[in-house]
Amino acid sequence: MVTLTDPEKAMLDGADGAATQKAMELLIRYAEALGAERFVETNNVAGVPGSAPAWVKDYYAADGGDYRAVFSRFDLDSDEVVDVPRMNAFSCHLQGGMDPTLWQEQGMSEDAHANFQSDEAEVAAHGIQILKTCTPYLAGNVPVMGEHLAWMESSAVVFANSVIGARTNCEGRESTSAAMLAKRIPDWGFHTDQFRLGQHHVDVQVPVDSIFEWGMLGYFVGDAVQDTIPVITGAVSDASLIRHKHFGAAAASSGGVEMYHMVGITPEARSIETAFGGAMRGERFVYDAAARRRIYETLNSVGTSEDVDYVMLGCPHYSIEQIAQAAALIEGRKVHANCALWVFTSRAVKATADANGYTQILRDAGAYLMTDTCSAISQAVPKGTKVVALDSAKQVHYLPAMMNIEGLYGTTAECIDAACTGKWKGRLS
Amino acid sequence: MSEVIDKPRVVIRGRKVVGGVAEGEAMVSRETISGWGGVNPMTGTIIESRHELRGQSFANKVLVFPGAKGSSGWSGIFHMARLKGMAPLAMVFNIMTTKAALGAVVMRVPTITDCDQDPLDVIQTGDWVRVDGDAGTISVWSTKPDR
Repeated sequence: MVTLTDPEKAMLDGADGAATQKAMELLIRYAEALGAERFVETNNVAGVPGSAPAWVKDYYAADGGDYRAVFSRFDLDSDEVVDVPRMNAFSCHLQGGMDPTLWQEQGMSEDAHANFQSDEAEVAAHGIQILKTCTPYLAGNVPVMGEHLAWMESSAVVFANSVIGARTNCEGRESTSAAMLAKRIPDWGFHTDQFRLGQHHVDVQVPVDSIFEWGMLGYFVGDAVQDTIPVITGAVSDASLIRHKHFGAAAASSGGVEMYHMVGITPEARSIETAFGGAMRGERFVYDAAARRRIYETLNSVGTSEDVDYVMLGCPHYSIEQIAQAAALIEGRKVHANCALWVFTSRAVKATADANGYTQILRDAGAYLMTDTCSAISQAVPKGTKVVALDSAKQVHYLPAMMNIEGLYGTTAECIDAACTGKWKGRLS
Repeated sequence: MSEVIDKPRVVIRGRKVVGGVAEGEAMVSRETISGWGGVNPMTGTIIESRHELRGQSFANKVLVFPGAKGSSGWSGIFHMARLKGMAPLAMVFNIMTTKAALGAVVMRVPTITDCDQDPLDVIQTGDWVRVDGDAGTISVWSTKPDR
C-alpha cells in the first residue's frame, strides 16, 4: 500500500481542486499496480498532455469532445469530466503530430491541422511549454544529476538516466499528465539507488567510434539485455551528445533499456564496481565483428529494393550539430526527382538552423527541415513511398513496420547520397 | 448459480496489479510486446516486424506475456485499444515495468504479476484462463469448462 503525506492526502481529498484530486486517484492506482510504497516529488514533467486525434475527441463527444473532456477522461482516466487548471509542475509537451507550417507537404488535412492548432492553444493556455520534441534536453529542459523527473519518450528517458544521471522511469501519457497537476510520481524503479545498478555486462570488442556504430551497438545491447541495465566496457570511444542520443534510442527500441552504464563514460559508472554496485553479475554479451554484421543485417532485413524514394533524418530529433553536417553534405547537390528528403528537429533547434542558413541550404537542395514530429509519430511519409533510407536504428525499427514499407539503415552520408541519387549504396565496411 | 464442474488444470498465484475478474481464451507471447509502434490500437493487432505474434490480435483474449518494451506510448496505445473495444480481457505478465503497470491501470483489466510459477511455462495459447485480480489467482483449463 502506498503511504500518503499530509499534502498528498489533502490533494486526494480535493483541497487543490477536482483535477488534482483525479490526478492523485490515478497516481495511487498506478503506484499500487507497481507495488510502490510512496511518491517522490517532481517539478520536471514531460508528456503529451491532452493532445488527441479527432477520433478520440469524437469518442468523448457526450462529454463535450474538447480538451477538457480528453484531459479528464483519457489523460486522468477519470469517470467524470473536471475543469483542468494551469499545470502546477514545470511541464513540457513532447513531440506532436505535424509540422506547424509544412503540414500540407506532410499530407495533413485542413481538419487535422485545425485540430492540431486547437490542441496547441490549449496546451499553451494550461501553462505547458510547447517544446514539441523528443529531445527536450536540446530544447531548453536539461535536468541535473539526481533530479527526479516524470518523463515520457523512451529515448529522452534513457538519455536523462544514463548520460545526465537524472532519475525517471519511462512514464506514460496518463502518469505524466497526472504528475503535471499533482507534482508526484511513484517512488519506484529509477528513482531509487538500488534499481540503477548494472545487471549484465556487454563487452565491446570492435571499435565503436561513430554515430553509425553507436547506433548499431545500441540496437545490439537492447536486443541482448531487453529491459535490464547493461554495463558496457571495451572499445567504445568518441562519446558525444549525439552518439549517446542515438545509442540510447536504439537500445530503448530493440529492448526496453531505460538506463545504461558505460564504464569511464557515464556519470554513475566511474568503474565497473560502481556500475554494478559490487562485483559483476548477470550475463556477459560480446559485441564482436560477427555480432556487428548480424545487427547490420537485421536493420537492413525489411525488403530487398535499393531504389530509395524517401530519406528521413532526425530520429531522435537532430541536434544543430547534425543539421550542420547534413547541410554540409548536401550543399550544392539536389534531391533526386524520384526521392524526397525530410529532416526533423525541434522548433528551438530550427531557430538556430534558420539563423545559420542550414534551413535554406536544405530547401535549395529540395529537402525540408521540419519540426515537432517525425514520420513514425505523424505516420506521414511522402506519397507513394515504398523504400525509406534512415540513419537511425530506432526509426528503422519502427517506420517500416508502421507504414508497411521497406527500410534501409546506413550512415548519414549514405542516406544523403541515396536522397540525391535515388539509389542505395550503403555497405558495411 | 451453477457449480464449476471442471477443475482447473492448474492454479497460479501472484500479486494483484489491477483488481477484478475476467476469463477467456489465452494468447501467449514468449516475446515482450511494444505498445506504440508495435500494436495497432484500432484492432489490437501486433505489428512489430519479426514478432512471433505479428498479425494476431489480443482483443478480448487473456494476454500472457513476459512484459512490455519499447516506446513510452505503451499505455496510451493500449488505452486507445480499450476505447476501441480491442483491449485484452485480462493480463498476466512476468516483468514489472512502468509501461505495463500504467497500461493495465488505464485499460482497467484484471492483471496479475509476480507469479509463483512461470505463466509462460504453464499457460498455452488457446487455454481457458480466469484471472481473479483481487484474489491474485490465475486458473487455467485446457478447454472452456462446463458450468
